[in-house]
Amino acid sequence: MTANIPVLVILLPLCSALPCLALTKVNRHLGNAVVKIACLGSFVLSVIQLTEVVKNGPIHYAIGNYAVPYGIELVIDSLNAVLLVAFSLIGILTLIFAGNFGDRKRPMMIAAANAEIALLITGLLGMTSTGDVFNLYVFLEITSLSAYCLISLGGSRGVVSAYRYMLVGTIAATFYLLGIGILYGATGTLNMGDMAKILNEGGHDNAMLVAMCFLIPAFGIKMALFPFHGWQPSAYAHAEPGSRPLITGVMGKVPALAMFRFFFCIYGTDFRFVRLSLILLGVFSVIGMLYGSIMAMGQSDIRKILAYSSVAQIGYISLGFAIGTPISLAGAFLHMLGHAFMKGGLFFCTGAIRYKYGTADIDNFGRIYKKMPLTCGLLVIASLSMIGIPPTVGFFSKWYLALGAAGRHEWIYIAVLVISSLLNAVYFFKLIEKVFIRQSAGLKERWKSEEFELPVSIILPVVVCFLAILGLGLFNVRIIDILLMTLEGVGL
Amino acid sequence: MMTTIDAFLAAKGIYLLTLLLLSLGVAGVIVCNNYMKKLICMNVMQVAVIFFFLCLGQKDPGTIPVAMNEAVKAAEYINPLPHGLMLTAIVVSLGTTGVGLSLLLRIKEKYGTIEEDDLLKKQAQQARRDKKRRELHHPGDDE
Repeated sequence: MTANIPVLVILLPLCSALPCLALTKVNRHLGNAVVKIACLGSFVLSVIQLTEVVKNGPIHYAIGNYAVPYGIELVIDSLNAVLLVAFSLIGILTLIFAGNFGDRKRPMMIAAANAEIALLITGLLGMTSTGDVFNLYVFLEITSLSAYCLISLGGSRGVVSAYRYMLVGTIAATFYLLGIGILYGATGTLNMGDMAKILNEGGHDNAMLVAMCFLIPAFGIKMALFPFHGWQPSAYAHAEPGSRPLITGVMGKVPALAMFRFFFCIYGTDFRFVRLSLILLGVFSVIGMLYGSIMAMGQSDIRKILAYSSVAQIGYISLGFAIGTPISLAGAFLHMLGHAFMKGGLFFCTGAIRYKYGTADIDNFGRIYKKMPLTCGLLVIASLSMIGIPPTVGFFSKWYLALGAAGRHEWIYIAVLVISSLLNAVYFFKLIEKVFIRQSAGLKERWKSEEFELPVSIILPVVVCFLAILGLGLFNVRIIDILLMTLEGVGL
Repeated sequence: MMTTIDAFLAAKGIYLLTLLLLSLGVAGVIVCNNYMKKLICMNVMQVAVIFFFLCLGQKDPGTIPVAMNEAVKAAEYINPLPHGLMLTAIVVSLGTTGVGLSLLLRIKEKYGTIEEDDLLKKQAQQARRDKKRRELHHPGDDE
């Protein structure tokens, strides 16, 4: 049983998603309950797996016991073990949260949305744990297809954004397939470890460069990195409200992990054009960090603010890759963890405010803190973390990024890091000002409160995100240590 | 001179053709105004990648990868793995096309058009209407 944990983490959400609709036909609560229990199980197993990995080192799991370079392998090292815990936690919180949205008279629609969320979780966890490049493609497509469906559930604008995302996303997937096709042609293997070994023998530099030309746009589109981000703001803003925390918090991070795998684990630093590709990535991230922050300042819809700020925040993660030292990579991964909770948390807040008042325009948020203290607490702590104020996680991830940049004397990166944080401060302080100081807009409550503030299923994710942002900040040294167990020796 | 070009085309010409097909597909997705045409171009692009993989698996004196009774060495079979991979890719492309077509149906239902220009115009109108309604009446009520 314990030996099979890596595959069970992925299989549980998948096996619950498929019969969800049929079970809902039997009883309207049964399908949703099964999905939630399965995802909770997946979260618990990933925590157990993390303790195993920290104690005994990486786990290599061969699916179906096929010998490794031929069969599919799952590789769980300390990096993706930590990420799996965070992503499955946000997944289960999103499932709990999403039950409050959608038309209550149509249980099948709610069940369909839950099944899609579970499939999205399957794809994301699968992409995180796989050690096989083609398997990564399959999980990438599971993720994308369920994301298209979830975005299209968000009303008429959602359908158009989903369609546009589908076109761009398919180009990305096709480019990825071409890239691995070229690498497969050069090495004759699909297993990441095996491919790394063959490529490091040298002599494949040109094929690797061509493959890299396809892989950077492919991951760039899926991450919404700067020049490839066109689909992202409208897709994030118009997605189905219940599933937004998962889509915005996690969906951009997992391709970033895959990009890390290709850059540092498969290509390695012996690749002749490694400097060139890192500089290219650095330019993209620097422009993205400034562009995303400036665009976010001009918006008044909170969903658009957060969507554009994601463009900037993804820039921080790829900046960590572009610097390329172990400490900056650890900073990038800490930012991945932290930003998943910050952005997920901010979208939990947006969803909570929308649930209570039905508005997403920050001009209507005046003195909302009196009615929704917990939600506004998370709003403030997540905003402070976005700006990078201690003791939140945002400060520490930026600190490690700056430390890595200083180690390689990349002063431009540090300057941009500081400027982008100040720009973040402009629009997040605007948000805080609206919530605490502005005159109340006299919003009517849509939902008559018998319980405190909001239903438990909305308060729970809010509180967990609040604690996670503070906890990741306070215990950052422990997490960096765990991350460095894998990252030591990787990078420049 | 001619012979080197001929030899190159005979060996690698098929890759040039798949590259051409891929560029056509990508250009079509970018340039076409009609969403249905974009979807078709997307399919052309995916087919190009499928061809690319099949070419990788091909070799000249090679037979189909089915175990035979006569003594056939492993070297005489063509590589079956790209075919297996492309079966998966075809299924994925089928799924994507299905989702795309159903989204197109919904777009047509909601906006009455699948031409990008008209759609953008209608979205702008919708945004103006929403804004006016929000200013006139009460705050709140987003879609």
